[in-house]
Amino acid sequence: MATVTVNGKEVEIGANERLNCIQAAAKVGDEIPAYCWHPALSVVASCRMCLVEVGDKKPDGTVAMQPKLVPGCQTPAKDGTVIISDSQKVKDARKATLEYLLLNHPLDCPTCDQAGECYLQDYSFNYGRGYSRLNEPKNIKPDKTYIGDQITLFTDRCIMCTRCVRFTREVSGSAELQVVSRGSHEEIDIFPGYPVNNPLAGNVVDLCPVGALCSKDFLYQQRVWWLKSKDSVCPGCSTGCSIHVDQNEERVYRLTPRENEKSQGHFMCDEGRFGWKYTHSGERLSSPEVRTNGLVTANDFDIVLASARTALKKAAQGKGKVAAVLSPWMTVEEAYLLAGLLKGLSANVTLAMGPVRIEGGDDQFPKDVKGNVVQPVKFTIHAEKAPNRAGVELVLQHFSGDVMPFEELLRLSSAGQFSAVYLVGGDPEGWISEIQAEAFSKVETVIVQDILPSPVLKHATHILPSGTFVEREGVFVNFKGLAQLINRSVRGPDGTRPDGRLLWDLAERPGLVQTEILRKEIAATIPALAAISGEGLKGQGVFLEEVVTAV
Amino acid sequence: MSETKTKPKKTVTWVEEPQLGFWESTFVPAIMKGLKTTLKHVTDRNTVTQQYPEQKPDLPLHYRGVHRLNRDEKDRVKCVACMMCATACPANCISIEAQAAPPEWPDRDKFPKSFVLDELRCIYCGMCEEACPVDAIELTHIYDLTGETREALMFDREKLLSVYDQTKDNPRDPVRTRRGILGPAAEFSSLPTLGPATGVPAADRSAKNPTAGVIQGNQESHS
Repeated sequence: MATVTVNGKEVEIGANERLNCIQAAAKVGDEIPAYCWHPALSVVASCRMCLVEVGDKKPDGTVAMQPKLVPGCQTPAKDGTVIISDSQKVKDARKATLEYLLLNHPLDCPTCDQAGECYLQDYSFNYGRGYSRLNEPKNIKPDKTYIGDQITLFTDRCIMCTRCVRFTREVSGSAELQVVSRGSHEEIDIFPGYPVNNPLAGNVVDLCPVGALCSKDFLYQQRVWWLKSKDSVCPGCSTGCSIHVDQNEERVYRLTPRENEKSQGHFMCDEGRFGWKYTHSGERLSSPEVRTNGLVTANDFDIVLASARTALKKAAQGKGKVAAVLSPWMTVEEAYLLAGLLKGLSANVTLAMGPVRIEGGDDQFPKDVKGNVVQPVKFTIHAEKAPNRAGVELVLQHFSGDVMPFEELLRLSSAGQFSAVYLVGGDPEGWISEIQAEAFSKVETVIVQDILPSPVLKHATHILPSGTFVEREGVFVNFKGLAQLINRSVRGPDGTRPDGRLLWDLAERPGLVQTEILRKEIAATIPALAAISGEGLKGQGVFLEEVVTAV
Repeated sequence: MSETKTKPKKTVTWVEEPQLGFWESTFVPAIMKGLKTTLKHVTDRNTVTQQYPEQKPDLPLHYRGVHRLNRDEKDRVKCVACMMCATACPANCISIEAQAAPPEWPDRDKFPKSFVLDELRCIYCGMCEEACPVDAIELTHIYDLTGETREALMFDREKLLSVYDQTKDNPRDPVRTRRGILGPAAEFSSLPTLGPATGVPAADRSAKNPTAGVIQGNQESHS
């Protein structure tokens, strides 16, 4: 065990931990400010913000300090290292560094999108001077409005930490960004004709500690202090990136990655980052309906749910069979509620897995210029474009023993096997084709629970408008069996209800949906999902013991 | 402790009501006195009431009335859509939608696509004008604000600019400052007064400035 002393406080560092001074100080709760250092990127020690006094404790107890200040990001913390980050010498150095960084900074905080989550503001407030001594005109460089389809660069706000440059070189591998010119003429720029359009490009906006790189999608939409953030999981693919959902007044404005080493690390892809727009689409189903011979006969949730319940019960008790398609976009709780409800009606209910959209192959990063993947892989965008296939499969395995594929159910349905089907959609890109929808044309009762219109609606007898991932609460299980919590950030549009509430009411359970109690019930019933009831689910999530192999 | 036991000083004085005489008890002198005052006012030709609305009162210069959005020297809206006013507003009556400035406006990044101020919800505290970094929103002396519907008093950008056009030449509503650019701190001719949180060492150049902040004694000079 190595012992490091930070500002007089001793801290133990594990044998396998490789920490620098910033991380060691963070262990005792002391912040060493830094701009250029980022845990997922290489160390350049160029911003000089993390200068600290470092020394060595000799075996006889004496401490030998190094005469110069050293960058904390570049200095490993080893046994006997003494770090001092609160001496006058360090404070003066920080103050001077900040003054230099701010020399040419335009100080246009009121119109800057980063204001409120800006490291220049935070560090100036904590460690800086509070006023400028520069009486000469500032060196203001013109903005570059196009350096990528989603990214704009306010050149004058940049402090040349080169995080973005290192990200494109080390994580995406595409290396579009570079530093041009030298000295005070330094600027971030792209190679002419090669904009930052790689699938991970949006991350440079999050990495930028100041307001230089901004997302065009979010630009001037909201001031960040108005946003309310909830932890969630990106439903774009089976990677299941941990995210923050930022909303204000029931409107989502952006998704940002949430650091989670168990899941994806520090980043997320652009497909997920900008893939939430369907949530506020005008196309959303927003009226519950009972249809008789194509005519709407009721549009009230209570009546539609009661009618659907009666139809299901009638079909289950009669000669016909009941079938259900569980979508890989459902949470574990919703899948459990639906499967449990139908199995409770009749033991020979057919449960099938909904279509899991696969697009191409897994996309791994970093890539070299020829597009070959460079090891070690730092980020993977999975081909399986659904958040919770693994979780829903576990529920299906519990209730039916095996997982029936969607095609098999379509075949049985075309053969007229069923008198009632319950179809759950949820895939914003569409999940059923015109031809596939024909399989349900002869079924007496077709209950569709979906967010967007699909070809199967014309055969539907009951339509239940449901919620998107920002409107629901529950557990998603990603490709490696990590169960993570999604939280409800916004209310859905009028005429929709979160899936959990629909199924809860359909199952005639009393009161409001309480996913936490439901999770305890699931953990007790399904051994494979036992892990989801604990406290460990919050934050980083928990691994289920049993890892479901990919299809 | 014996002093405390002495009797407390008498603080209440009881006054006996004076006895009414014969004339007083008839109330005739009191009535005559009252009529005299009435007659004095009836015959007085000097009016003391203000003839509102024919005659408008002179309000103090710091009076806070209807808002206006100032124009800059090129007649554009001065506002840079930073939403500081909306943030500062305790009544939550300002809603702004920002838009990126067109390329022919190189001096600013964004401007308000829509700026709606609910004059009914506003409590006229003047925090918006205080928060504005470019002095774009100001409160004028207009106080007689009426409208037939609530919607009519939701002032949008054009309406607020028209209030500016209406009031800019009124000497009681001067445009308080020409500062319209979000400038680097270096553009200030003198440093703004600093709060106590930012002390200035005596050796610092800014300590010699006429508006220097709190000057700390002979502290360490800057390395």
